[in-house]
Amino acid sequence: MVKMDITLTNATGLHARPAAQFVHAANRYKDTIVKVSKNGKEIDAKSIISIMGLGATQGTVLTLIADGPDETEVIRVLADLVENGFGEGAEAGC
Amino acid sequence: MLTGIAASPGIAVGKVLLVSPELDRQETHGVQDDQQAAFQQALTASKNELMALRQRVSVQTGEAAAAVFDAQMLMLDDPNLVNPVCQAIDDGVDAVQAVEKITQTLTALFAGMENSYMRERAADINDISRRLIRHLTGSPQLDWTEMNDPVILVAQDLTPSDTAQLDPCKVLGFATQSGGKTSHSAILARTLEIPAVVGVPGLLAEIKGGDVIGIDGEAGEVFINPDPAVVNRLQQKAAIAARLREELTLLRDHPAITQDGHRVELAANVGHPKDIPMALAHGAEGVGLYRTEFIFMGRTQLPDEEEQYQAYRTVVAGMKGKPVIIRTLDVGGDKQIPYLNMPSEANPFLGWRALRMCLDRPELFKTQLRALWRAGCHGMLKIMFPMVSQLAEVRLAKELLAQAREELLSEGYQLPERIPVGIMIEIPAAALIADQLAREVDFFSIGSNDLIQYTIGVDRMNQQISRLYQPLHPGVLRLIAMVIEAAHRQDKWVGMCGEMAGELQCVPILLGLGLDEFSMSSGNILQVKHRIQTLSAEHCRNLAAKCLAVGEAEEVRRLVESLK
Repeated sequence: MVKMDITLTNATGLHARPAAQFVHAANRYKDTIVKVSKNGKEIDAKSIISIMGLGATQGTVLTLIADGPDETEVIRVLADLVENGFGEGAEAGC
Repeated sequence: MLTGIAASPGIAVGKVLLVSPELDRQETHGVQDDQQAAFQQALTASKNELMALRQRVSVQTGEAAAAVFDAQMLMLDDPNLVNPVCQAIDDGVDAVQAVEKITQTLTALFAGMENSYMRERAADINDISRRLIRHLTGSPQLDWTEMNDPVILVAQDLTPSDTAQLDPCKVLGFATQSGGKTSHSAILARTLEIPAVVGVPGLLAEIKGGDVIGIDGEAGEVFINPDPAVVNRLQQKAAIAARLREELTLLRDHPAITQDGHRVELAANVGHPKDIPMALAHGAEGVGLYRTEFIFMGRTQLPDEEEQYQAYRTVVAGMKGKPVIIRTLDVGGDKQIPYLNMPSEANPFLGWRALRMCLDRPELFKTQLRALWRAGCHGMLKIMFPMVSQLAEVRLAKELLAQAREELLSEGYQLPERIPVGIMIEIPAAALIADQLAREVDFFSIGSNDLIQYTIGVDRMNQQISRLYQPLHPGVLRLIAMVIEAAHRQDKWVGMCGEMAGELQCVPILLGLGLDEFSMSSGNILQVKHRIQTLSAEHCRNLAAKCLAVGEAEEVRRLVESLK
């Protein structure tokens, strides 16, 4: 099992579009269980409704948890997505 | 006239098309013995429809608007939606009712969220629910392509799919009874640049199909069957706005100079190297605040000197010789970085943050300072320290900066002779000893967001008291005046990099108080420049003097308005 803490940096957090990218990426690893935990609450990273239901906004710290054959890779892919701010442009001010 | 929330600027006058989303919710279409099969068919049909819709919207409106449907398509595969519906059907519930029941539960989850952006994601679930039910019951879909003359849409609310597929050639604008500034429809209206007013109470009771309405997306006003005088006024306003937009782009390469020849500098706040082209495109004369936090976020360990150097160099070189103020690491408060293992604190905004933490962890700080020195070779770099409250902090930070230079020189690096050093003024104590601090530095930059919060003692994210967050509070203005005066007395310049610097109603006062540099989101630069060009510095100085003598933000606002 692999765990990693990440902080959301994009302006709007895990709303519809970033959440979709996130779930798409997690779904590519069929045989690996991927979960996200926020404040001790653990949810299925392959459910968009659960991901959006986290209400994770900019600055939120999340823990990624993966268990299975591709655990290292899936964590790296998801962390990259978050780190790159989901390729989000800057609509937000300062 | 009805008033709502101004969601997307612009003016439109036209015929109303009422969009009523009422569906026949009686029962599942036809004789379906197998409710499970009906549900699976509805899922497939909905997915296909969304796929086609996504493609069309992507071509017509752009990828950003189309991406909304990615989330919706994933929802149709989501075990949290599909499994409970199947379960309910197994328990003997009609498929339509099962979908309604489960989606209502899910909607409630989003509707209860604190963040308004997230709260409005309930609209996505509703949209999915309606689409599924439409397939289950065989109700027809509203077809925008059948619209002939351009219309103004009026609805309770527009779903994401309603708005995303609307054709801006046929829709002049829209007004809805519910919805907020961050709802899908509002965001999309801004992307498409069509006027919209949302959250208009009583809208549907007042308007009938076939009415003509005028909407003002800037004032948030809806006029029902307006008389010619009102139409005329709206058209004039639209013409002025169009002219202003044109004028603004012409201003890009002109300096921000008042009628009586007083010049100030307009700079951009930047959070990422990729924002630099946009800053330049809006005519930024420099970067007044480059936040270095992003290099540290979304990763598991500290970025090394080389990585930081590359990032800073990109920004400094990208501004092509224009000044770039880089702020050293400003974490803590609401910005947490897990791998720094910062303790959780009872009052993070009064806690171990920014320069306070950096001075306690000199190895971390020095890596950043070394990277900054090296980046200084590639343009006009200035360094700024955040969250200063004591003289000793500034002296220690400068000493570490000098040590970093010595180290690099002894390692054989070529470095600039010196780099101008400034501090942020965001703590009232620092503002009050600005005369002392000015001796230590080359410039100040007022961090108005925090200065206002700390001065008034108000958390602006706390909705219950956010009305007390007043940039024009005379207490705040007096502190700003003190800071500018103290700096000018020692020939140091003062900038401001908080949101206040980009707010049109604050500009005349700040100018009158003698602010030298205004740093803001790139998107605000041109309109601030336009405002400054209409002002007289002398009138602004008189205005500022009057504002310092009153007791309430409301009085300050009245004085500012009387300036026009």
